[in-house]
Amino acid sequence: MKTSLRLTMTAASLLALGATAANAQISNDVVRIGVLADMSGIYNDLSGKGAVEAVKMAAEDVGGTVLGKKIDVIFADHLNKPDVGAAKAREWFDTGAVDMINDLANSGVARAVAAVAKEKKRHIIVNGASNMGITNELCSPYAIHYAYDAYSLAHGTGKAVVAAGGKSWFFLTVDFAFGHGLEQQVSDVVRGAQGRVLGAARHPLGTTDFSSYVLQAQASKAEIIGIASTGADAVNAIKAAAEFGATKNQKLAALLLWIEDVHSLGLQTAQGLMLTNAWYWDQNDETRKFAKRFYDRVGKMPNMAQAADYSSTVFYLNAVKEAGTDDPDKVSAKMREMTVSDMFTKNGKVRVDGRFMHDMYLWQVKTPAESKAPWDYLKPVSTIPAEQAFQPLSESKCDLVKK
Amino acid sequence: MALVYRIGLPLLIAALIAVPFVPQLIYPIFLMKVMCFVLFACAFNLLLGHAGIVSFGHAAFFGSSAYITGYALRDLGLTTEVAILAGVLFSATLGALFGALAIRRQGIYLAMITLALAQLVYFSFLQAPFTGAEDGMQPIPRGKLFGLIDLNDDTNLYFLVLVCTGGGLWLINRIVHSPFGQILRAIREHEPRTRSLGYAVERYKVTAFALSAGLSGLAGSLKCVVFRLASLTDVHWHMSGDVILMTVLGGMNSVFGPAIGAIIISALRHYFDALGAWVTIMVGLVFIFCVLVFRRGVLGELSHYLAVRHPAKEQKNA
Repeated sequence: MKTSLRLTMTAASLLALGATAANAQISNDVVRIGVLADMSGIYNDLSGKGAVEAVKMAAEDVGGTVLGKKIDVIFADHLNKPDVGAAKAREWFDTGAVDMINDLANSGVARAVAAVAKEKKRHIIVNGASNMGITNELCSPYAIHYAYDAYSLAHGTGKAVVAAGGKSWFFLTVDFAFGHGLEQQVSDVVRGAQGRVLGAARHPLGTTDFSSYVLQAQASKAEIIGIASTGADAVNAIKAAAEFGATKNQKLAALLLWIEDVHSLGLQTAQGLMLTNAWYWDQNDETRKFAKRFYDRVGKMPNMAQAADYSSTVFYLNAVKEAGTDDPDKVSAKMREMTVSDMFTKNGKVRVDGRFMHDMYLWQVKTPAESKAPWDYLKPVSTIPAEQAFQPLSESKCDLVKK
Repeated sequence: MALVYRIGLPLLIAALIAVPFVPQLIYPIFLMKVMCFVLFACAFNLLLGHAGIVSFGHAAFFGSSAYITGYALRDLGLTTEVAILAGVLFSATLGALFGALAIRRQGIYLAMITLALAQLVYFSFLQAPFTGAEDGMQPIPRGKLFGLIDLNDDTNLYFLVLVCTGGGLWLINRIVHSPFGQILRAIREHEPRTRSLGYAVERYKVTAFALSAGLSGLAGSLKCVVFRLASLTDVHWHMSGDVILMTVLGGMNSVFGPAIGAIIISALRHYFDALGAWVTIMVGLVFIFCVLVFRRGVLGELSHYLAVRHPAKEQKNA
């Protein structure tokens, strides 16, 4: 009797031990992914609902569970305010059991959240923002910069325009981390090719009246007007430049243009513009398949950040599966070992500074005559191999890089 | 009323002390934010409720103090208490300056002057190189209190915020009930008569401005330390509007009424966050409802109700 009782107790305690060990694999019994996006502001089109849907698609495609635990996708609007984004991220990490934050459109927000993630030792994957700080001074084992960055834009569109003879530049720059970073990267490229930067006009985020800025750009007599903004800002700037006749004597270089921007500009205005994107829906069968599924859910074609939201979420969840836990350090190590081959890229790999290395592409906007169907907007110009598209490690200011 | 304070206050303090040990119940960082706004609203009410001066530029004090504290912590590497003190001093000086200019006019014109000056401050911070403009100033280290207590620990920070807020509220209560506070109320009720009694009205008003601004600055500094970030949101005129809303909602004829307003507004924003832009509409509806139904504000209406019910007791206490 006594022995059997002891046996039962031992068995029970062993079971309990086993149960706690199983629990320890996945914190809070859920793998929760937070999508921190602009749901209402001027970057709503680029991230917003599409980003949330892309992440949800990824969770569904992995099977809805990982290591037997449910995958939960939640989202919040950062209102393009770094303080709102950082406070939300802090709350999610502290009390919301969020394991990874994705999207992060808006460089200011991405920088603020990167600092919080570093402090709290949790994962973020930046797809919507371009700021170089993510893989430089703010780098950590927990941050991955996935889709694109300012360096790749400058070395794509910027370089192509300089190569085509655009030697003197004037910038219309949106006045925050994103615009400043992009202007600086492109300026480096221009100066590197013996070109000249004549000046810049800085406008606030969400400007609607670009008249005074365009007049400054015209007065500068620069050959190229570099538009270091994106989304609605870039659309408004390009329209204003066309209305003021700036495009007669000067050429526009939109440094970050999205498929949605081309859509809202219309091909008549946008035709001929060069743009650097990591992904385009009409690249191959795989991308078209994903785009069709996305279109059926959201009602528009996915852009590169939304495709990257999907790809990086699948990547993260696979890493959790491989690592057998959602422990941030172990997942981080796993993510830096694995390669990604999916509809977003082939043989993509995360570098030590958190930069996801993949090829970028230079595109040109089609003329109305060339476009055969709705959303048929871009034609490929060239492929920029990963090593040229992204900042070399030797220039990185990241303290994880051994020098 | 006195009974409410005698029992309620120790209970409230005990509950506030317990909070960081039960983070499941209420998120401590959210509570720290609420405390910052409580202090901000009560400090603002020093002018609106007690001196009858409508300032529409209090965000300037709140935000500039946050920036100065952030600058002192991040770029100068000072300890936290010195950084906060620097912020408070800066905003108090700014308040005295604002006051000296604004009190030359009254009512709506005064409000417009404060708004104009606050916009000036806003654009200075937008352009200043150290603020990071739209990115906000980040990341700001929380630093160590007196070089000893590590504030990166949320519990330590919580008690710092609690003590500062408590101290700030105590000071406001003292000011309101001091002879100085009585003169402010006299100015509010009948300025020429106060002047005829021999009081230098301008000096009192400027002092009230400086005190209110300094305490608002304390709130701003604390918020910046809590979130490790100072941003344009803090100096934007929306913030000035928010604090008026909180004050009016809570009740501007009481010392701690604005605190209730600050709690209500912050809680609405926090718990109904998922509604997105609808929260603003909801806050607006709450405000309209409040103005229509209880004009004295939540606390004002409550103490009025108690006073009507127990008139004798109130007189004895008063």
